[in-house]
Amino acid sequence: MNNSAKRTLKYLSLAVFGMFFFSFALVPLYDVFCEVTGLNGKISQSEEGTSYESNTGRDLTIQFVSHNAEQMPWVFKPSEKIMKVKTGKYSNATFFVKNNTDKPMTARAVPSVAPSNANEYLKKLECFCFEEQFLAPGEEALLPVRFIFDSNMPESINNVALSYTIFDITNYNDMEMAHHDGR
Amino acid sequence: MSSVIESHHDDHHHGPAKGLMRWLLTTNHKDIGTLYLWFSFAMFLIGGAMAMVIRAELFQPGMQIVEPEFYNQMLTLHGLIMVFGAVMPAFVGLANWLVPMMVGAPDMALPRLNNLSFWLLPFAFGILLSSLFMEGGAPNFGWTFYAPLSTTYAPPSVTFFIFSVHIMGASSIMGSINVIVTIMNMRAPGMDLMKMPLFVWSWLITAYLLIAVMPVLAGAVTMMLMDIHFGTSFFNAAGGGDPVLFQHIFWFFGHPEVYIMILPAFGIVSHIIETFSRKQLFGYSSMVWAMLSIAILSFVVWAHHMFTVGMPLAAELFFMWATMLIAVPTGVKVFNWVATMFKGSITYETPMLFAISFVVLFTIGGFSGLMLSIVPADFQYHDTYFVVAHFHYVLVPGSIFSIMAAVYYWIPKWTGNMYDERMGRLHFWLSFVGVNVTFFPQHWIGLAGMPRRYPDYALQFADWNMVSTAGAFLFGASQILFLFIVLKTVMGGKKATPQVWEGARGLEWSVESPAPYHTFSTPPKVN
Ligand code: HEM
Ligand SMILES: [Cu+2]
Repeated sequence: MNNSAKRTLKYLSLAVFGMFFFSFALVPLYDVFCEVTGLNGKISQSEEGTSYESNTGRDLTIQFVSHNAEQMPWVFKPSEKIMKVKTGKYSNATFFVKNNTDKPMTARAVPSVAPSNANEYLKKLECFCFEEQFLAPGEEALLPVRFIFDSNMPESINNVALSYTIFDITNYNDMEMAHHDGR
Repeated sequence: MSSVIESHHDDHHHGPAKGLMRWLLTTNHKDIGTLYLWFSFAMFLIGGAMAMVIRAELFQPGMQIVEPEFYNQMLTLHGLIMVFGAVMPAFVGLANWLVPMMVGAPDMALPRLNNLSFWLLPFAFGILLSSLFMEGGAPNFGWTFYAPLSTTYAPPSVTFFIFSVHIMGASSIMGSINVIVTIMNMRAPGMDLMKMPLFVWSWLITAYLLIAVMPVLAGAVTMMLMDIHFGTSFFNAAGGGDPVLFQHIFWFFGHPEVYIMILPAFGIVSHIIETFSRKQLFGYSSMVWAMLSIAILSFVVWAHHMFTVGMPLAAELFFMWATMLIAVPTGVKVFNWVATMFKGSITYETPMLFAISFVVLFTIGGFSGLMLSIVPADFQYHDTYFVVAHFHYVLVPGSIFSIMAAVYYWIPKWTGNMYDERMGRLHFWLSFVGVNVTFFPQHWIGLAGMPRRYPDYALQFADWNMVSTAGAFLFGASQILFLFIVLKTVMGGKKATPQVWEGARGLEWSVESPAPYHTFSTPPKVN
């Protein structure tokens, strides 16, 4: 094999390894992309200190939806299924959870917003989805969400569904969880 | 130095070694090409038998023959085997046989790597097929293995599936490295890039695509493996991951992959149409540019497989337009093929019949692709039989017909014998009728709303499903005839001349038929 063939071989092998690592780089890139664009219903905690309050808000209907991931035995449901709110005003909602098993369990709720373009106008100040939830056997709780819709939200959006899926993460060990920041 | 040259020279008087060891240890590109082609044929028959199980179950509504769980396994293995076991190895086999001869090189650049990349395949597919006998059965999550179906809900055999995908991937990566190094460094003097035969061009581009995306596939299955066994959550929402991410990564591989399965076909068909039209190919350089632009565009259209996952409007529009844009270079190619035939003195030998029907039926598949690229229409068509009809039109009378055309076209060069022309034509017509009867009605039942990947269906789809199954069995049976024709040609037949076809041009036709075990030990002159 001559030298130029060796050189070709070298850069092709590099390309193979490069693309393999690129496939892993897609994971953080994807998260960054979703966060920057607010796509995929991924919600980040709103920055402290920015004010989205205004007096020129309009009416908006919010639906709360709850799902249990497969094999998640907890009771999990919104206290109110539908709320009328105004954009530019803070609102509070709660979700009821109960650990109806006889074991202590840890859970995480993963949020999603539809339509997805409402997402960038939804700011959450407080959300149980930012943290893990621990409940002792039989324990119950009311989990709060405090949020506001930016009044710049397009007129075409009159209905927003805010959905949470609750997952059992009791058996995830902490080391592994540490690699994934909650949203 | 001189001793090196001498021993090298000596080699060329040796024929192949005898017996089984010849095939196990061979580093000869022609032997390896033959191995690839036979392997691919075996996989084609196995994958085809699975298709027969699927179609038999769908002959009538209701559950008749197999359990739904087994149906899912058949569907998954059929897709995986046809894509990775039949179509891709067939093209690699053709590349092995033809690329060195077409560029005037004595062999592939890395002969031992070549041996390894072939012999990995039987292991990969042995592992995949053995999963049928494992507890919980074979993979059942579809050839696209979407997470979490393939992670959280997968049968235990998924680990073997992952392993086998890794091996297949390694094999194709090695194969493509070999092709590129050969083409870039071993062309006969005087063969500039823009003088290369189009099959060589098509493979050069395909090999680059493979190198770019096979590692991404390997990455995807590695992430699955880690999610399943090491507690990570790449695709698991509970741990902060995202199943939609899987689809992005998969289709980032998957769309270029579909072009990997069609670009070599473009090359083959260009040669055959040129030969049997007895004219120079119309628009050689536009053919090259069209393939290059298709390859580049194929990296920015992947999300057209995911229009319904809930993307923002801007992304839907971007992927829709990028997808439609691919139809332009594809159209250029179809135009050039037709222009080559225009006013040619055409004869209709079997390879030409397959090539012409490739042009027509592949174009139908391209058009249904265009319909699918329209976002609002795709909301309706997605995951229906319309998609099944689309990709079978581009893959069966597309890729597979081109492979059959190539076999008929070059088999006289490989074996020194002409195939039986009447039987070849019979095989063509049976396949042609079979393929259309099978897949054309699937457009209609798809538009009428029949979802894909179910073993049962609503009563209103019964008639066309019955027709489709009849066509499938006709197509399947006619491939037994193909096997027979190939075997008969290998064993004997009318002797072929070196040029074989009156209109054939290119270095491979300048050597005897059958091509000697070693060709172009001294580079030929190209003008
Ligand atoms: C003009 C060219 C093409 C266009 C515009 C096109 C467009 C599309 C679109 C939009 C889909 C997604 C449909 C859906 O799932 O709703 C699709 C699926 C598919 N296409 Fe094409 N396509 C083209 C050519 C090809 C070629 C050349 C091949 C392969 C040789 C191919 C193979 C496939 C496959 C395998 C699928 C289905 C994958 C699956 O979901 O299992 N397409 N195509
Ligand atoms: Cu695609």
